[in-house]
Amino acid sequence: MTNEDQTTELKNPMEGILRMDRIPHIWCPGCGIGTVVTSFAEALKKNNEDLDKVAVVSGIGCTGRVAGYVKLDSFHTTHGRAIPFATGLKLANPEMKVVVFSGDGDIAGIGGNHLIHAARRNMDLIVICVNNFNYAMTGGQVAATTPELANASTAPYGNYEYPFSLPYLVDAAGGTYVARWTALHLRRVTKSIQEALNRRGFSFIEVITPCVTLYARRNRLGDGLNLLKYYYDNSEIQHGADTRTLDVSYQGKLIVGKFVDKEKPTFLDAMNKHFSNVLGDDYQLYGRINNDRD
Amino acid sequence: MKKSKADPKGVLTGAHFLDGDYSLAEGALAAGCRFFGGYPITPSTETAERFSERIPRVGGVFIQMEDELASIASLIGAVWGGKKVMTVTSGPGFSLMMENLGLACMMETPLVIANVQRGGPSTGLPTLTAQQDMMQAKYGSHGDYEIIALSPDSPQECFNLTIDAFNLSEIYRVPVLIMTDECVGHMHEKVVIPPADEIELVERKWYTGPKDEYLPYKNDTDGIPFFVKVGDGYRFHTTGLTHDEKGYPVINAECQQVCVQHLVDKIRKNAEKIIRIEEDEIDGAEVIVLSYGITSRVAYRAVQQAKKAGIKVGRIRLVTVWPFPEKRIKELAPKVKAIVVPELNTGQIVLEVERHAAEKCKVVCVPHCGGWVHDPNDIFNAIKEAVK
Repeated sequence: MTNEDQTTELKNPMEGILRMDRIPHIWCPGCGIGTVVTSFAEALKKNNEDLDKVAVVSGIGCTGRVAGYVKLDSFHTTHGRAIPFATGLKLANPEMKVVVFSGDGDIAGIGGNHLIHAARRNMDLIVICVNNFNYAMTGGQVAATTPELANASTAPYGNYEYPFSLPYLVDAAGGTYVARWTALHLRRVTKSIQEALNRRGFSFIEVITPCVTLYARRNRLGDGLNLLKYYYDNSEIQHGADTRTLDVSYQGKLIVGKFVDKEKPTFLDAMNKHFSNVLGDDYQLYGRINNDRD
Repeated sequence: MKKSKADPKGVLTGAHFLDGDYSLAEGALAAGCRFFGGYPITPSTETAERFSERIPRVGGVFIQMEDELASIASLIGAVWGGKKVMTVTSGPGFSLMMENLGLACMMETPLVIANVQRGGPSTGLPTLTAQQDMMQAKYGSHGDYEIIALSPDSPQECFNLTIDAFNLSEIYRVPVLIMTDECVGHMHEKVVIPPADEIELVERKWYTGPKDEYLPYKNDTDGIPFFVKVGDGYRFHTTGLTHDEKGYPVINAECQQVCVQHLVDKIRKNAEKIIRIEEDEIDGAEVIVLSYGITSRVAYRAVQQAKKAGIKVGRIRLVTVWPFPEKRIKELAPKVKAIVVPELNTGQIVLEVERHAAEKCKVVCVPHCGGWVHDPNDIFNAIKEAVK
């Protein structure tokens, strides 16, 4: 057997979960989205999830392309509307685990209203929000998450708006699982996704990732490695931290960790319980709920 | 096309005194609609109220979403989850739905939207009638696509056409719009709901072949692709981007040509099968009054006046507004002196009539900005003027 024969035997370890016929992907070298996808794939494997029962819904933008690369039932929808699309999908087919995978512009900018309402309802969804601090697909414009004073193509003199602290927002709106990590915290991201897959209710995982081509270049922050170094030097894990203390400042400290993990009936649980109470035998429980997730 | 009978659980068989809005909800339940994502807006809200009251006893979900962007997005998701779905709205909400109407067309997602029209533009006349969204129904979302739009003229027809709307949406995998208006929506009349076994429904065309051979956008022999839903193990992909048979994005002119041409052809080439119009005393008519929705009931009075005055007048009522019955207009235009088109706008569907009459006869617009229906005398005068 020659060396060449041996190499052809090697397969991508994520082959069962990725659409290999669509690889190579469109993401830039140094981008953190692929890292988060790897964590997601890893979490599915580690949890031994039934891949026929996990759906991914994305909106628009760089992270919006995730739906196109995962070999699951996957939907690339409209800008900002991934969460309401996922809400319909979940309610129509409650046996599915529905994951919204999208960017900060999509989820917290144009789709911000849907984010807070899905959190308020404790809709049984997992939202993975890849936060690269800017609108990258369109060329690095300022976002609802851009730190103050950071430069963006539509904030060429620096950003003077106040950014959202996403964990604080989702916690305040009623989310029952809230975590933040960076692309450096691969194993932690994986673990958070595993936990989210194992629980019910609205789970929100923010992952701060490098955008080398736009955000880092405009702000002269170097390449992917420099940004990971920044995360390494400035991240501080504070599980259970008060979500009011999680603001992100330009190149400042990044408080990461799992901040919220609590139980509350989901939208469907509340609906079933309420209708059973008020309508009695007239009401038939809606949806099949997976016992392994209780 | 596989057909089935309605599930009796959703069918309120009997004679009722219902308004148009309630009848839309009853039609949806009878058609097997089990998911409704809505947002309140006058004068359509009663449909959502009725559905929210009825659905817990029928089995399904009503959810009041945070806005109309979300309600239509939730519908598209619910279709891919396997449900038949509907929402209802009016002018401002219809505007908000336009982007995702395009997504529904692009993903070939069957769904039903009723627009209980009110006067616009903007907030306009929330409580008063109009027919000003007829062009928006066809052209409101960006890009080229085709939809189907129906226009009921009574609560009974709100019920009947909602069932037809669901069936058409399943046959052509396209959004079907029920373009009614405040008058019909709030008008109470007798509505007869037949027994469930007399209601014929078109079943979704589920794919049954080998799993590894499934292609989400490969057309069947009838030009319409097969459907699957999440959770059945196909692990398919669909996107709002221009896509190939696999549902994968392909960003070039060649794929765009195939993808978009398909979206328009599946409706245009089947237009004669889809279109339903009502005709009355067309043979030998010197003038035809063409109208739709509430205006057809007002125009009927004017037609009777004209007949009494000795004018040979025929009547066309568009039940299907889009696709437009262009072939029939082309046939009739050379045979009459004029076609009179009253509508509760400043001239929308009349443009289609003019285009297809192609100057073979006079086409007379009888405009009205909405807020109330026409005075029948205005239509009668237009008829008299037209035959001079």
